[in-house]
Amino acid sequence: MVVGTQQDARSLVREITAPWKGKQGGVIPVLQETQKQIGYLSREAMEAISEELSVPLAELYGVATFYAQFHLKPRGRHIIRVCRGTACHVRGSAKIMERIMSMLGIEENGTTEDLRFTLEPVACLGCCGLAPVVMIDEDTHGRLTDDPAKLQAFLDNYS
Amino acid sequence: MALYRAHVLICHGTGCASGGSPKVLETFREELQKKNLDKEVLVIATGCHGMCEFGPIVVVYPEGTFYSQVKPEDVAEIVEEHLYKGRIVNRLLYKEPISAQKVCHYKEIPFYGKQHRIVLSNCGYINPDNIDEYISRDGYQALGKCITEMSPAAVIEEMKKSGLRGRGGGGFPTGLKWSFCAASPGNKKYVICNADEGDPGAFMDRSILEGDPHAVLEGMMIGAYAMGADEGYIYCRAEYPLAIKRLQTAIHQATEYGLLGENVLGTDFSFDLHIKEGAGAFVCGEETALMASIEGQRGMPRPRPPFPAVKGLWGKPTNINNVETWANVPRIMLQGAECFAAMGTEKSKGTKVFALTGKVKNTGLVEVPMGITIREIVYEIGGGIIGDKKFKAVQIGGPSGGCLVEEHLDLPVDYESLTAAGAIMGSGGLVVLDESNCMVDTAKFFLEFTQRESCGKCVPCREGTKKMLDILTRITEGNGKPEDLDTLQYLGEQIKATSLCALGGTAPNPVLTTLKYFRHEYEAHINEKRCPAGACQSLLRYTIDPAKCIGCTKCARNCPVNCISGKVKEPHLIDQEKCIKCGACMANCPVGAISKG
Repeated sequence: MVVGTQQDARSLVREITAPWKGKQGGVIPVLQETQKQIGYLSREAMEAISEELSVPLAELYGVATFYAQFHLKPRGRHIIRVCRGTACHVRGSAKIMERIMSMLGIEENGTTEDLRFTLEPVACLGCCGLAPVVMIDEDTHGRLTDDPAKLQAFLDNYS
Repeated sequence: MALYRAHVLICHGTGCASGGSPKVLETFREELQKKNLDKEVLVIATGCHGMCEFGPIVVVYPEGTFYSQVKPEDVAEIVEEHLYKGRIVNRLLYKEPISAQKVCHYKEIPFYGKQHRIVLSNCGYINPDNIDEYISRDGYQALGKCITEMSPAAVIEEMKKSGLRGRGGGGFPTGLKWSFCAASPGNKKYVICNADEGDPGAFMDRSILEGDPHAVLEGMMIGAYAMGADEGYIYCRAEYPLAIKRLQTAIHQATEYGLLGENVLGTDFSFDLHIKEGAGAFVCGEETALMASIEGQRGMPRPRPPFPAVKGLWGKPTNINNVETWANVPRIMLQGAECFAAMGTEKSKGTKVFALTGKVKNTGLVEVPMGITIREIVYEIGGGIIGDKKFKAVQIGGPSGGCLVEEHLDLPVDYESLTAAGAIMGSGGLVVLDESNCMVDTAKFFLEFTQRESCGKCVPCREGTKKMLDILTRITEGNGKPEDLDTLQYLGEQIKATSLCALGGTAPNPVLTTLKYFRHEYEAHINEKRCPAGACQSLLRYTIDPAKCIGCTKCARNCPVNCISGKVKEPHLIDQEKCIKCGACMANCPVGAISKG
């Protein structure tokens, strides 16, 4: 779902914040749900959340920028997470990251111009037995090599 | 309940699932239907078997035949041969790396032989999405016993007697921790399960949550009863979507059965349980930061005291334990503290789950009694080093831990002896390194991680780790100075002594232990501008052996910066000034004339 206008963002946020009115601990779940719906945390959405939950915008901004999960800029349709946990590191994850960066022409945490992919490093995906591992959206791919042809074939599955 | 003559258990942990086990399961159902065996053979999706390297794993009971790396196209053969004709499919059996023999049964595999699976006993054996299967394995009996037959004080006494210590890293006695929270005045208390397993290279908590979620729920409820809490949170990292899904199902089913919610099992005990998804911050594994995160703030730790047992979540007395600790609780209460305390060493009781990874033949989750030696874990369970290279070190305890070397191989694994050697038990990551791993690079890798994850609240951690990382980076790039080693040592000790929480308090460990045991490697980087393991890119030199080079021009054609020159059928030469050390030449040389070092 893509929310374009300010009005849409506001009504969406109103829906998401409704169950949290008068309750504690709603900030992070609300930010998570909003991001899930819009894809990122737009300024309009943040302002609406601030008003609905009566939390200062500065505080919301503080929370959103503290956690790696939240994004204040639009992101790609598919999120590539390259694991750089210990097991993946010793089995060559850095080379895979470099290869994907050069294939897509973006840096770490960058998004391709056509908004197709966002490339992120991740601390550990917890499937060290399959190292090195890359996760695209919800799919985990293991035992990868930096062979460009194979990587290309596997990126082609995500349009 | 319908009876079946055989059960096919298919691992649906994250490892096997990404290897295609859902497709294998589907194919099994289709093939069994074709042969009209679907009323005789039951197919079940289970949690993790721990041997993720050889997934997808399929175990056929009653015999316990263990098939590894099963693909959908193998399924018809298993159904036809094994389930129809009763003949084992030899080619799909697991091949044991030490003896190179095929092993038929689950129990005969050395990887499992040395293990003592208590916390993991249900993982890979039951369907985690079905509460009945957990109950049939004595599930929720311990809860029933505690809330109907025992007083809260008696439960805590039993926990103290068991000697269980926190499995999240600190190793604080669990019974004692509970007694602090129980003694705090107030009628609103919380229990929290820390499932923010953030250490790179550790995945035991994930496997427990995915394979046996009810054990965690039951443990938390027993703890809540003992401490007088009526509400609980499971704080799980968002990177574990499957674990979160299984927990949601488990909570839903337990609530339906009256095991969770108001008046559990008809008693006065009521308990509400929520799942909180983490938002990606390693420091949230620290208990005060975790509580701040549940409250919706930036996940920063705060000074203690007051401890959470006195002033925790929303200012109320709170007890936090990690997944593995909670999962131990039902077993202890059911079998008795003595039974649990009979395992392990004098001060470290029970078992510990390790995530064995790196350069060993068998990687995966292993549960071993405390006191086992590192040699047994690496060589007997792990099957030794890949390619029979030389063992160099084990990195134990993740970014907070340290490296142990060959002389420590016979060290018994328990909290005290690991700490004495400069490492820590930590959450249980155990990464094996061989001669091709550079220790300076390994230390830098861990420090990069902790530096990035430092929350920035206290100066020693925020600024100190940055300075240490700058120095390490300089050393791996060949610009180290002789005095750097003393500076690293000094900074490391200061950061450990003065940081606010355990993240900074342990962050220098990987550097300090490698400095202690591998000082010569640091010195080689600094004085000789050389990386003995050949791992640090900037210090590498690729050279072409003119005697071996056949002049095929393949290297020159593959070089992205055109730094290789030479005529056809004549030896080629690499211009070291221009070389970017990408290794493309070496990978493409057909005669192995290019070496690095």
